[in-house]
Amino acid sequence: MVEQQAAILKPETLVDEFKKNGVTHVVTIPDSETNYLYELMVEQDWLDVVPVSREGETPGTALGLCIAGKVPVVLIQNTGMMEAGDSIRGMAIDAGFPMVFVVGYRGWTRRGVIRDSAAKYTEPFLNAFGLDYYFVETNADGDRITTAFEQARATSRPVVVLIGDEYHGFNR
Amino acid sequence: MINSDDVFRVFEPHRGKAIVTTSGTAGRKWPQTSNNPERDVSMGSAMGQTTSAAFGLALGLPDEKIVLFDSEGAMLMNLGVLASIAGKKPKNFVHFLLDNEVYATTGGQPVPNNKGIDYAGMAKAIGYASTHHFDDLEDFATKIESIMSEEGPVFISIKIDAEVQNMPVGMRDMTPARPRPQTIKELRAELGITA
Repeated sequence: MVEQQAAILKPETLVDEFKKNGVTHVVTIPDSETNYLYELMVEQDWLDVVPVSREGETPGTALGLCIAGKVPVVLIQNTGMMEAGDSIRGMAIDAGFPMVFVVGYRGWTRRGVIRDSAAKYTEPFLNAFGLDYYFVETNADGDRITTAFEQARATSRPVVVLIGDEYHGFNR
Repeated sequence: MINSDDVFRVFEPHRGKAIVTTSGTAGRKWPQTSNNPERDVSMGSAMGQTTSAAFGLALGLPDEKIVLFDSEGAMLMNLGVLASIAGKKPKNFVHFLLDNEVYATTGGQPVPNNKGIDYAGMAKAIGYASTHHFDDLEDFATKIESIMSEEGPVFISIKIDAEVQNMPVGMRDMTPARPRPQTIKELRAELGITA
């Protein structure tokens, strides 16, 4: 069952999309569901993984990297994204730089009823902040990550990629 | 206690080509002392996140020295960043903390445990390469040259006078400052960054 699900969204898909879009740094807080992605990222010699202590640090750290001419990606979970609200406002939206946030959609499910409040409030949160987002559930959706980068560059604003398969595909 | 003006006056001759950014009201007067505004950058503010932005800038510009004048009220809102900085160990990062023990911009209410926190000790314990504490201007003036040549991340806490603002925000004599987008644009032009 797990092997079957692992084919749905491979961590390699994300890393390939990062490389395609010139990403230099991933500002992140590892979580249990993304461990294989973390291990894959730290193996890449073109990518610098920047672990931080709390999600609120990620937009500011990414802003500093953007000012320096680097291409950061923020990789966090939806719970931490909501914690980071004022940082997203002050350090990402108001700053005028393209930033892509890859956000694990904890609690989302295609089947049945969403009971996790983290999932219930994720899209309302993004809509309240006026942030556009793209949903990635399978490898076939991977090019939406490039679409997010293109939109971020065109608008000099943050754009979010919601990873809907966080509980399965990121683990082997 | 030391006045923030004096801290900046003592620091400026030792700045070299360092990029300088500030956080909180303690850094408000830096533009009046700076002799190189093209290398001063405003990172904005969001509950202590200027520190994170300065950290990101240090990681992105490893060949430039990055100096942050932080304030204790802001840093207390984002203490985890000390571990983040210590983890990546940016050798080019100099982190000053101007500690006036209060939220000066909101009327001077004390920060939690305002007289009892050893910030330099905290930075040392968390893994900064070098840490210092000053409550005497002459002592600071004697050490600043060697501090600026140390390998980072370096942390320097300095006790300063509180310059409390009590007027309603709309009635305050606001220090003129270049807006954030302008400082960023001018810094990137100075560094030849087009990306």
